[in-house]
Amino acid sequence: MIQPATPTDLITVNIDGREIAVPKGTNMIEAARRVNVDVPFYCYHQKLSVVGNCRMCLVEMGMPAVDPATKAPIMDPATGKQKVNWMPRPTIACATNASPGLHIRTTSPMVKDCREGVMEFLLINHPLDCPICDQAGECKLQEQATGYGRGYSRFIEQKNVKPKRTQLGPRVTLDDERCILCSRCIRFSKEIAKDDVLGFTDRGSYSTLTCYPGKKLENNYSLNTVDICPVGALTSTDFRFKMRVWFLKQTDSIDMESSVGANTVVWSREGVVYRITPRQNDAVNDTWMADSGRVLYKAVRGSGRLESVRVNGAESALDFAVAAAVELIKAGGAAVVGSGRSSVEEQFLAKKLAAAAQAPAWLVSRVGEGDKLLISADRNPNVRGALVTGLIDRLPGDRLDELAAQIDAGTVRTVVALGEDLAAAGLTSAQLAKVAIIYLGTHANPTSEAARVLIPTLTVFEKHGTVVNQQFRIQRFAKAVPGVSGATDDLLALAKLVAAAGGPALGADVGSLWPVIAAEVPALATMAYGNIPDTGLLLDAAPWAGLPFVEGPTLHYQAPAKEAARA
Amino acid sequence: MPAPAQHRLIFKHIDEAGYSNDLACYVRNGGYEILRKAVTRKPEELIDEVKKSGLRGRGGAGFPCGVKWSLVDRKSGKPIYLVVNADESEPGTFKDRYIMHQDPHQLIEGIMISCFANNVKVAYIYIRGEFPAGARILEQAIAEARAANYVGPSILGTAYGCEIYVHRGAGAYICGEETGLIESLEGKRPYPRIKPPYFPAVLGLYQCPTIVNNVETLCHVKHIADMGGEAYAKIGTPGNTGTRILCVSGHVQRPGYYEFEVGKCTLGQLLHEVCGGPLPGRTFKAVIPGGSSAKILRFGERFKGKRKVGAEMADYDWGVEDIPMDFDSLAMIGSMGGSGGVIVMDDSVSMVEALGNINAFYSHESCGQCTPCREGSLWMKKITARMVHGAARPEDGQLLKSVADQIAGRTICAFGEACAWPTQSFIAKFGDEFKGYAEAKKAPRAVDAPELV
Repeated sequence: MIQPATPTDLITVNIDGREIAVPKGTNMIEAARRVNVDVPFYCYHQKLSVVGNCRMCLVEMGMPAVDPATKAPIMDPATGKQKVNWMPRPTIACATNASPGLHIRTTSPMVKDCREGVMEFLLINHPLDCPICDQAGECKLQEQATGYGRGYSRFIEQKNVKPKRTQLGPRVTLDDERCILCSRCIRFSKEIAKDDVLGFTDRGSYSTLTCYPGKKLENNYSLNTVDICPVGALTSTDFRFKMRVWFLKQTDSIDMESSVGANTVVWSREGVVYRITPRQNDAVNDTWMADSGRVLYKAVRGSGRLESVRVNGAESALDFAVAAAVELIKAGGAAVVGSGRSSVEEQFLAKKLAAAAQAPAWLVSRVGEGDKLLISADRNPNVRGALVTGLIDRLPGDRLDELAAQIDAGTVRTVVALGEDLAAAGLTSAQLAKVAIIYLGTHANPTSEAARVLIPTLTVFEKHGTVVNQQFRIQRFAKAVPGVSGATDDLLALAKLVAAAGGPALGADVGSLWPVIAAEVPALATMAYGNIPDTGLLLDAAPWAGLPFVEGPTLHYQAPAKEAARA
Repeated sequence: MPAPAQHRLIFKHIDEAGYSNDLACYVRNGGYEILRKAVTRKPEELIDEVKKSGLRGRGGAGFPCGVKWSLVDRKSGKPIYLVVNADESEPGTFKDRYIMHQDPHQLIEGIMISCFANNVKVAYIYIRGEFPAGARILEQAIAEARAANYVGPSILGTAYGCEIYVHRGAGAYICGEETGLIESLEGKRPYPRIKPPYFPAVLGLYQCPTIVNNVETLCHVKHIADMGGEAYAKIGTPGNTGTRILCVSGHVQRPGYYEFEVGKCTLGQLLHEVCGGPLPGRTFKAVIPGGSSAKILRFGERFKGKRKVGAEMADYDWGVEDIPMDFDSLAMIGSMGGSGGVIVMDDSVSMVEALGNINAFYSHESCGQCTPCREGSLWMKKITARMVHGAARPEDGQLLKSVADQIAGRTICAFGEACAWPTQSFIAKFGDEFKGYAEAKKAPRAVDAPELV
């Protein structure tokens, strides 16, 4: 299903003597990256407009010599190649696009001198408070000072003094002295977040980043400015002074707020998550994610976490709880309420459970308003996973009205709720009281209160799995931290229930489960868990093309036209 | 050789007794007759006249005006704007202000002819914030010209119409840089744009093709339209045609405005004869020939080399006094004609303190967009301020030069050169003074030495 790359005009450029073919219009930083030549920069960002203000990417540029009159190439007799006219002044690589025959030099004495000069200038008024700076360890200024600086200072004057802790908004704190005025944050706010609130006041070396009068940096994407700040000027108020970044383990994950499925990195240490940042996926979220997705980890250690298996309110062992649950299920009149927040693997097992119990299955819908960027209208991250695995064959309705009616009619007497609060999904307390509830979930809620059998399970940060986003892109998330004590892996609990209910004996981890999934789920046939790329894999969405999905356009997603949906 | 007489083209009537800046006086002296004739001609003809005239921009860079006009993208279908750069901010330069104050209609006529030639429907005069009187005079003059149908929807009964608006800056040197000016005119911070891709001739004001010309340049266009490009090119010297206004300030007997044919008057003639020489009991020490960013010249230094005279190459061996005041000669000896602001310093001036003053100006005016200029200009200012007001070190001169060398040629706009060239040239020509400044500071000040502000 991956579209073949569209053929583009390739042109040959020469970087430090090495020829490389790049698409026309590629800038020289990106072209150099392809041949593993590092052109250092601060202000350039591949997803933002080019302003060329840091001057760190200065390189020497040359063009093939031609006779001005005849336009015939001028050859160099010494080499037999066309002569190159090198420009006397350095040029910025970020704003220089590849043109046929373009030559650049990144290692000449002039380029070295330019980089040393810019590094020196950036550091003279920089506070050099790295020992207490959150950016230390992931700071471009540190890295490039080491890589390209002179290593000593000639500055004996007083440094400029600027505000040290400005609250730009509820989540972002600014240390103006560290700011190198690259304007990435300003451009992000204007161009990506479409919330033009940042700007510079004063001028020259006294320029100061600030919000426009009466404005705050409070949009739901404000923390991206912290991610793209090359230095420690913009810091996350939440993460500030909490942990050294080099102690943190990075785990690839997925933002579970909506069906966009933004790619993320979860940063943890010794079983504790400290922050979540976006992970680049040019087909999904570029290099961005919403602020709201960055605090989801707080639920791991949040209040109300379920930490013991219970049967009829009494603490119990897992196997005893499974037996009790299966007894209820086998009594007949069972129903399964699955979740669009569960992984594909969990939904697959939920389907198996429903089949073994001969129970109907529903999914709880969560529809909000899309923000046209990285939060879509469908706040369930994995409704499409439920479609793909066959847990459901149509989109979930607004409320669980059908289930409610069957409970009222007495045809449903036992409900297996997989992470979903039935009260929040529209069932009344009378209806909850009328049925026996088997609840698998992470946090306490009215459904867990009412449950006869309660099996605590894991949050997304504590387990492995896959989800299918609005583009029908299947993406993996990995376990960042161990599960809390008393909680059971969802797959293990479900596999035990399936087996006890008379279904097949299935693996209780993604590795052993996937061969079964690939064999049974047509859309996932020929796939293996380990082979899904870090940026996901597009599935064939054709079988579900007619469904009226709720999402509107977001970044890299265009909702299929309604006509197409009807056809 | 005695100095040539002034050739007053722009200043023809200025300073005449009874000449005022109202429309009636201008028309009485033949005003707007050239515009009347110009609008009956083909626009391409007028552009051609300007090309043939060899007119070079009077704002500082000396870029040929005809070439600038010919680079304008006329096929884009977008409107073409003319922006008049009246943000005269280069220290030592005060000619545009005088033109606008004394003869605003000459500028308006020049603008209207240029607009007609380039099919411009809207022109903006960007005047620096420190010129409120000039802005009011221009607004008044435009209103008069509009009432008399020289400006407006249908000028002089033709189908051609053009509006002129005066826009006041907020007082920033960088607004004289053409792309900074355009940003400011668009209502933004005047951060100069990167070129490529934002050449004003293609992507200028509101991303439309834009011509940015200096006040004096546009006044010359009026005279070119009058006498024809070829006749104009005969004034001055080849490659440096026409007249230009030199603004002399500093330690001479008669500072002021002088308009000469370009290259016909040497620096020595200008300072010694026209301006009356140094103040009594003083000798000339140094001169900055083209506004404070031009490289300084030290009296007593010699410039040798070969130059083109006609078709031949000839040796030259000049002292400062022998330099012809034209773009090419000044560039050849390592400085520039710039904006025509000649700043003279006599032997009472400490070069360290003079540079301290210039550095203070440029560090205050750096826009702060790109690193070398933003950080370098303030660093140089901090060094010279420390030398003057604190402890000077013998090695400070070399440090200053090294900092300046890290700026020039590496910035977004020409401000990098503007702030680095003074330091580079002061150190190159007066290095000993910087080295010995710590000692010199201990000596008592000369009785009549100028006070530092």
